[in-house]
Amino acid sequence: MSCLQTIQDYALRSVGIGERLLPRSDFTLCEQVTLIGSGLIWNVYFGALALLCGFFLATGLALMRNSHLRILRKPSEWFVFVFRGSPLFIQFFLAYQLFVMLPRTGVEFHLLGAAFTAETGWLTRAWAGALIVLFLNTAAYSAEIFHGALRSVPSGDIEAADAYGMSGFSRFRRIIWPTMLRLAWPAYTNEAIFLFHATTLVFFSSFPAWQQKGDALYYASYFADKTFNPFIPYPIVAGYFIILTLLIITLFNAVNRRLNRHLPQDARRRLRIRPQVIR
Amino acid sequence: MFSFCTDPDTLETARWFACYLTSGKHLGFYASFGTVLLLLAITAPVALAFGFGGAVAARSRFLPLRLFGQGYTSIVRGVPDIVFFLFFVIALDQAFEWLRHQVKCPDWDQPIRQGNDFLVCPAAKLPLGNAPQWVHESYGFALAVLTFAIVFGAFAANVLHGAMRAVPRAQIETAAAYGMTESQAFRRILVPQMWIYALPGLSNLWMILIKATPLLFLLGVEDIVYWARELGGMKTQIYAYPHPDWRLWYLLGLLVFYLGLTKLSEIVLGRLTVRLSHGQATLGGAALQKAATA
Repeated sequence: MSCLQTIQDYALRSVGIGERLLPRSDFTLCEQVTLIGSGLIWNVYFGALALLCGFFLATGLALMRNSHLRILRKPSEWFVFVFRGSPLFIQFFLAYQLFVMLPRTGVEFHLLGAAFTAETGWLTRAWAGALIVLFLNTAAYSAEIFHGALRSVPSGDIEAADAYGMSGFSRFRRIIWPTMLRLAWPAYTNEAIFLFHATTLVFFSSFPAWQQKGDALYYASYFADKTFNPFIPYPIVAGYFIILTLLIITLFNAVNRRLNRHLPQDARRRLRIRPQVIR
Repeated sequence: MFSFCTDPDTLETARWFACYLTSGKHLGFYASFGTVLLLLAITAPVALAFGFGGAVAARSRFLPLRLFGQGYTSIVRGVPDIVFFLFFVIALDQAFEWLRHQVKCPDWDQPIRQGNDFLVCPAAKLPLGNAPQWVHESYGFALAVLTFAIVFGAFAANVLHGAMRAVPRAQIETAAAYGMTESQAFRRILVPQMWIYALPGLSNLWMILIKATPLLFLLGVEDIVYWARELGGMKTQIYAYPHPDWRLWYLLGLLVFYLGLTKLSEIVLGRLTVRLSHGQATLGGAALQKAATA
């Protein structure tokens, strides 16, 4: 079987398109590279969607934490503490157990006199359940970063905004928020990188890989188990993730340049990749 | 445990729980918390040593050593740590067996990799086939510790390398002016001063290490996650203590355990920062000085 044929069969295997059966024996390098690369689709899906949704929740949480009102501040502090203080691995297990305990037939509830039935079965599937956990988790980590940045917005900027007669939402949108993002961006880049790394945990916690549709590491460990040779599949995953990490850095660097474009060259903050926020 | 535990079916709720929570399997569960703490206690210093070695290697003048150090420190930035965990556990095991194979059975003529099998001579097997159960378990645990130490050593090397560069250059130059050799300046000036710069990174690393301990489960060690899933699963009437699926409650217990450990570490590390900031030329040190004179 030629390599082109293998790519045709397995390149989209992780989303259920192509050959149904995984290769069983005599694995070629091409099969391993293709199938593991196909699994990477799930890592990108989890990482990108969780990051995108988490960004907005994190902004809200950071603002709540900065509030003077106890009733807003406390829930946000607890949310951040629970999700940052416990291992993501345990969070996955816990969420899965929680979703499994929901009634199989769906939850019925009454709203304005009409009865609704909410399906809950999909929550136990990785594409939804794990995404929710990752979303809440990254929101907590990002909220901590944004909160720190929000507190270091220069007070002179805010006074200047006041002097121009800005207040409330327009002051937030035009002055505070862009500055907060600019200050938080290097740390947020780290968070993004390690969130993508964390997506490899999904199929090793309780979430089942339905019909063997898994992520990159799922297929790599499949090959390692079958051949008892870790020296080929794991370096392939590593290579894919290094490429993914470089892509993220390029993308975030472009945003960083845009956020800093009004500053003189030597005052711009460079991105420094540090393992600060991994789980 | 208690004398009334002989027939659990007849007990009322409070006594039933007293018996249930002290059954033999539960004692194993409690002991596995000790496994986690033991892992933390061994891994932290070993990883720190690895990290120190990596950081020194990355500063070396000798090019191959420097490249090795830089490679070691930067590899963890691009690749998920769990990939390393899964890789090293098998790779280290095979490496040890292969080395023993070379030493113990030099006249073995069959290839080691036969298709999908990894075969060494029986004398080189680790642990030996006839070894007792506890040897198997401690070998697995030792492999896990080594894996953790390698991965977290790379993170620590990252932090220490940064800290060594953060020590003001003038300090080293002063040491040279006093006639200290390079290694003396390193030992007496650089290393004592770098810890305060490394502390934020290292305390962060400690938190990460705590949160990585459930991954022991993936490495095949019977840790708290293993026991929580084992004990929490539904037990039918054939068991002494039948109960429905309680895994959620067991995992909630683990969550509380980890939150407590994190909180405790935060408090201890906060105090340590204050202690190490004394007399340092940093913002924290200056604040302490001001508080003392005021």
